[in-house]
Amino acid sequence: MNRLRLQSLVLLLLLSLATPAFAIIEVHTFDDPAKEQRYRKLSEELRCLVCQNQNLADSNADLAKDLRNQVYNMIQAGKSDREIVDYMVARYGEFVLYRPPMQTNTVLLWVGPFALLLIGLAGLAVFVHRRKSATREPMSPEEQARLRRLLEQQGGEPRS
Amino acid sequence: MSEKKKASMARYLIPLFIFIVLVGFFAIGLNRDPRLVPSPLVNKPAPEFSTVSLEQPDRMLDPQLFRQHKVSLFNVWASWCVSCRQEHPFLLEVAKSGRVPIYGLNYKDQREDALNWLGALGNPYTASVYDHEGRVGIDWGVYGVPETFVVDGKGIIRHKHVGPVGPQVWREELLPLIEQIENEAG
Repeated sequence: MNRLRLQSLVLLLLLSLATPAFAIIEVHTFDDPAKEQRYRKLSEELRCLVCQNQNLADSNADLAKDLRNQVYNMIQAGKSDREIVDYMVARYGEFVLYRPPMQTNTVLLWVGPFALLLIGLAGLAVFVHRRKSATREPMSPEEQARLRRLLEQQGGEPRS
Repeated sequence: MSEKKKASMARYLIPLFIFIVLVGFFAIGLNRDPRLVPSPLVNKPAPEFSTVSLEQPDRMLDPQLFRQHKVSLFNVWASWCVSCRQEHPFLLEVAKSGRVPIYGLNYKDQREDALNWLGALGNPYTASVYDHEGRVGIDWGVYGVPETFVVDGKGIIRHKHVGPVGPQVWREELLPLIEQIENEAG
């Protein structure tokens, strides 16, 4: 029984690996696997302008196809990654980059999460420190006697 | 108010303050149209092309076209584009008024379809560039047809409007700029 469960769990996990990353089949053939690697990487890092939450690799839009073609042709023509990215930015703006460059107007984007994390950690540290240092006044003998009475009424045991 | 009370007040006010700031961000962010991507081509020279005309397949068109006028519109259209149909009557009106010449970029279309479309609905374009492959479109950063560029007499792109042009866009966006460019040119 347990074994069956484990098996189905493993099967489910394996199924989850079948992502649609290779859903788009195209006839771009490269003579050099390194070029193909670059093509994959570039089309994953460039945004499709039509369906904005997809990259060129995922998108089936006409424009994405054209731009993939363009990337392909430029790689075949021996252009560097830098040149290809610059080409796209010159036409569509930095918006095409899924990984925006670090500049004055993107500092918040890059640094913000870390700043928030630091603020959170600092807050936590202050909170913990305060709790620790908050002096607990010991109970007076009368209070202790009352506590014991209350606990006994409920059938509980006074804790040490 | 005691110090302690003040401190506990602050404790409740901080989340409220953060909440208000967030609401502010969302109010601005959610009211923006994410489809509008600022074009890096604005205030840059019109990208080069040398492409055949839609109507006269033996005539080549290039950005020198724009230098013949103080200001002109360059409208990206296609027969398969639904919103182009929507803006078409207005473009015809503008063309008829003779206020500004409109050039067309017939984007990723079939010549026959495009000519039929113009034949049936009327032709507002002084001339249309026949960009069958979409190469000119890529150079001009076209991503959503229809798009309308305002190009001045020096061949500089001054503005890009994404989406159909109607009376409101004309009145508030295009006409003031057209007048401004005409005044600059003197």
